[in-house]
Amino acid sequence: MFVYIVRRLMQTIPVVIGVTILVFSMMHLVPGNPAQIIAGESASPTQVAQMEERLGLNDPLPVQYFSYVGNAVTGDLGNSIRSGNAVTDEIFSRLPVTIELALYSTFLSIFIGLIAGVISATKRYTFTDAAIMIVALFGLSMPNFWLGLMLVQYFSLPPLQWFPVTGWGTPQHIVLPVLTLGTAGAAIIARMTRSSMLDVINQDYIRTARAKGVKERIIIYKHALRNALIPVVTVVGLQFGVLLGGTVIIEQVFAINGLGRLVIEAISARDFPVVQGSVLVIALMFVLVNLLVDLSYRFLNKRIELD
Amino acid sequence: MSDKQNTIIDVNELQTSFFVDGKEVKAVDGVTFDVPSGKTLGIVGESGSGKSITSLSIMRLINNPGKIKGGEINFNGENLLDKSEAQMRKIRGNQISMIFQEPMTSLNPVFTVADQIGEAVMIHQKLSKKKAREKSLEMLKLVGIPSPEKRLDNYPHELSGGMRQRVMIAIALACRPELLIADEPTTALDVTIQAQILRLIRNLQEELGMSVILITHDLGVVAETCDYVAVMYAGKIVEYADVNTLFRDPKHPYTVGLLKSLPRHDIDMEGDLSTIKGMVPTPDNMPKGCRFAPRCPFARDMCRENLPHLEDEGDGNQVRCWIHTDQWDGPEVNVKDDYESAASKQS
Repeated sequence: MFVYIVRRLMQTIPVVIGVTILVFSMMHLVPGNPAQIIAGESASPTQVAQMEERLGLNDPLPVQYFSYVGNAVTGDLGNSIRSGNAVTDEIFSRLPVTIELALYSTFLSIFIGLIAGVISATKRYTFTDAAIMIVALFGLSMPNFWLGLMLVQYFSLPPLQWFPVTGWGTPQHIVLPVLTLGTAGAAIIARMTRSSMLDVINQDYIRTARAKGVKERIIIYKHALRNALIPVVTVVGLQFGVLLGGTVIIEQVFAINGLGRLVIEAISARDFPVVQGSVLVIALMFVLVNLLVDLSYRFLNKRIELD
Repeated sequence: MSDKQNTIIDVNELQTSFFVDGKEVKAVDGVTFDVPSGKTLGIVGESGSGKSITSLSIMRLINNPGKIKGGEINFNGENLLDKSEAQMRKIRGNQISMIFQEPMTSLNPVFTVADQIGEAVMIHQKLSKKKAREKSLEMLKLVGIPSPEKRLDNYPHELSGGMRQRVMIAIALACRPELLIADEPTTALDVTIQAQILRLIRNLQEELGMSVILITHDLGVVAETCDYVAVMYAGKIVEYADVNTLFRDPKHPYTVGLLKSLPRHDIDMEGDLSTIKGMVPTPDNMPKGCRFAPRCPFARDMCRENLPHLEDEGDGNQVRCWIHTDQWDGPEVNVKDDYESAASKQS
């Protein structure tokens, strides 16, 4: 197991190198001179030249790349053009909110999705099954910014006013954004769980369990669900990864100061170091989540050989 | 029929159907047989004859769209078809156990051998996890698995097919059932392993004094293992006899056809192995009279028009064929001796 983790970590190295090259290239691929942008529109050519020198833009590209990576490894991703603060500080002040949001939303979608999927599968072709699947289809098809706005409309504005419209910090703040983000995930997980369970329920070993005299509830939750989880875990991992980098719209709708909002602000302010840094961090988190998903396969099903 | 006092299970006019697209498919259509205590009954038939459905019906493990429509399954004098699902669960894996054709897929891939054997005793005998583990070890020893201590914590994928079938047998026998139903237990295994598994079942049967229903399509297996044989064709029993009588003096043309199509090494065979002409009828195209009539070399109009009953032959053996009744309107036939000449004239 340990050997596998190390090997799997090694495998992520090329991915991470690829990510840094892409992120590094951003600086040079966008139109305009970064030094000009950083120095400001009104800067004199001398000031721009000084800035170029300071940013090392006159060095050969490989030298620039290695100095970028070298700095990144020590946690130095440059400074924000807007605020002048270290990019790492900017990111890590925003990251916890986004991670919290992604975690809660994922938990909610797992909880609703698994229960709905299992019920749907055990009651297949009944009214309950059809109802759950139709609701899931709605959940999947609703654009989440729209759902967010609707939730605000009905639950945050008069007459109900149950939850605050915007912001983050108290449990009341969490409810609507998490509900908004969790819905689509719950729908996907419910559909995945259903089809996976239906597949497993027809397997020979389920018949063996029945022939042993095992109770139906235990057959479903112990014998079948554990086997049905593998495709579900894959989907959960992907969802979580997407949420980590992709809560942009919802953070905007609910005015939550998370990573997504930081990226948007940085892009509109042409704050390249912050954009670069955020993309790098999001990509690294995605790699990490995928690693965790792979490790969980082994935990769920011993047939999957790791070494 | 054999003595009722010593019968472990008595199946009477069992009917199991599947309902597909509003149409009824009669998979088991009035099956009647019994199993004397401590004996082995072989149920023989081609694919689709209803033998597996019969065994699953006894376990009451028929799932939608299938349904047991009628009849009786008397186990120790109590009709299993009257039992609630909860009562059936107490019987399954405890008094009646079953092993299946596919050892490769019949074990749950995510649980260890010990978990899967122990589960049955934990359910039925309320043993603790530790006791259940001891029981699992005892069972692994009983079914002859080498280094059983090591195998306890193995997962199914770490075992060979023969090994897995031994584990299946260990699961089935963990609660010392009175009746074991083995549905083609050796079909998916190598020939050498087949013989081992059959011998194991046979030995355990004597050791534990249980009764066995062995479902197979292989008459060789029947000859080796069974005391009684029920031959099934198209959802019905066509002949029931003790194993010696069946092989020495088969009465139903289908049984004779099956025996003639067995390769023999003890007598010189000339020419090709004989086959039974035609195909097993599909359920939507079931013959009106005797179901074997379209393929039977002796069939007459009366066979094609009327379904014969399963008639007692006086010696406890039964056959479902007009030839062996008083109503037979054709020339005198000795099914066994005349089969080949009649079959050669068949178009």
